[in-house]
Amino acid sequence: MSAADAHAETIYHDELPSAYTGLDTRKLAIWTFIGSECLFFASLISTYLVYKGKSLVGPLPHQESQCMLHGQLQQCGAIFEIPLVTFGTAVLLFSSFFVVLALNGAQTGNRKRLIGWLGATVLAGLFFIGMQVYEFYHFYHKGLGYTTNLFGSTFYTLTGFHGSHVTLGVIWLATVLVLAIRGKLPPRKAVNLELAALYWHFVDVVWIVIFPTVYLMR
Amino acid sequence: MDLLDPRVVHKEHTHPTAGLYLRIAVVLFILTALEVAAYEVARREGMGPLGEAVGRLLVPILVLLSAAKFALVAMFYMHLKQDAKIFSGLFVFPLLIAVVLVVALIALFSVVHLVP
Repeated sequence: MSAADAHAETIYHDELPSAYTGLDTRKLAIWTFIGSECLFFASLISTYLVYKGKSLVGPLPHQESQCMLHGQLQQCGAIFEIPLVTFGTAVLLFSSFFVVLALNGAQTGNRKRLIGWLGATVLAGLFFIGMQVYEFYHFYHKGLGYTTNLFGSTFYTLTGFHGSHVTLGVIWLATVLVLAIRGKLPPRKAVNLELAALYWHFVDVVWIVIFPTVYLMR
Repeated sequence: MDLLDPRVVHKEHTHPTAGLYLRIAVVLFILTALEVAAYEVARREGMGPLGEAVGRLLVPILVLLSAAKFALVAMFYMHLKQDAKIFSGLFVFPLLIAVVLVVALIALFSVVHLVP
């Protein structure tokens, strides 16, 4: 091993938090956090499913119903717009693909690949948040408030918490993107992106469960 | 196998290639399209016996397809297949508790009437 390699090796090991297990403690921490988040979302999904079909007034997700709109009892249509949410789901799935390519770029020192795909991931996340904001705004104007019925309360709580996680993920990834643009994300620090990517993939797998559970199961 | 064996720990550096990531993305997209197709077939009237069968089996179909998508993302994009096994344990154990929680609550509230 040359002196330069030995120096690089020393720097690399200095960057890693020491643990007698030999594992990166930051990865251990993010996986523990993700494990706890599984239980958090399980409680929200359970609540949605327990109250599913128990709303006494509309609007309802899949069928026409009587609902109060502008102070008058009216006939309301089904509230979900499946094509829009399907497109948002596809964008979120592809954002997971984008971030693994960005991580691959970070690990191999390919700065162009890192910045390009990480930028695409942030844009995809922003699109998903925009889709959700539009959906909430649209539902509100169709008469579905947070306290309108059990469906409204459980739907907004579940998807709202997921949306807030997506927002945090976008902020995290955008921060890493700024570091990458400034040249402060060399291959030996790629784990900084790996942690954000793990969180992002978790947000994606939660949506993989929420999408069919909330939007497709009648 | 020792979960903390350094040889296991160092496997994390052998991540899949971009080609494999792309193939997984395509599979995820196809599975999502199948989910929506199953929903549409079950929803539309006049689809005949196929529509009735898919309508009856919609929930199991959606559960299977989403479980497959979940597993693909966790194994390949989250690198659980290559990383130290202890990370899998940290994820899978709470996940199992989460599944039991969902099933138990649904079972409990299906026998307890919320409105007397």
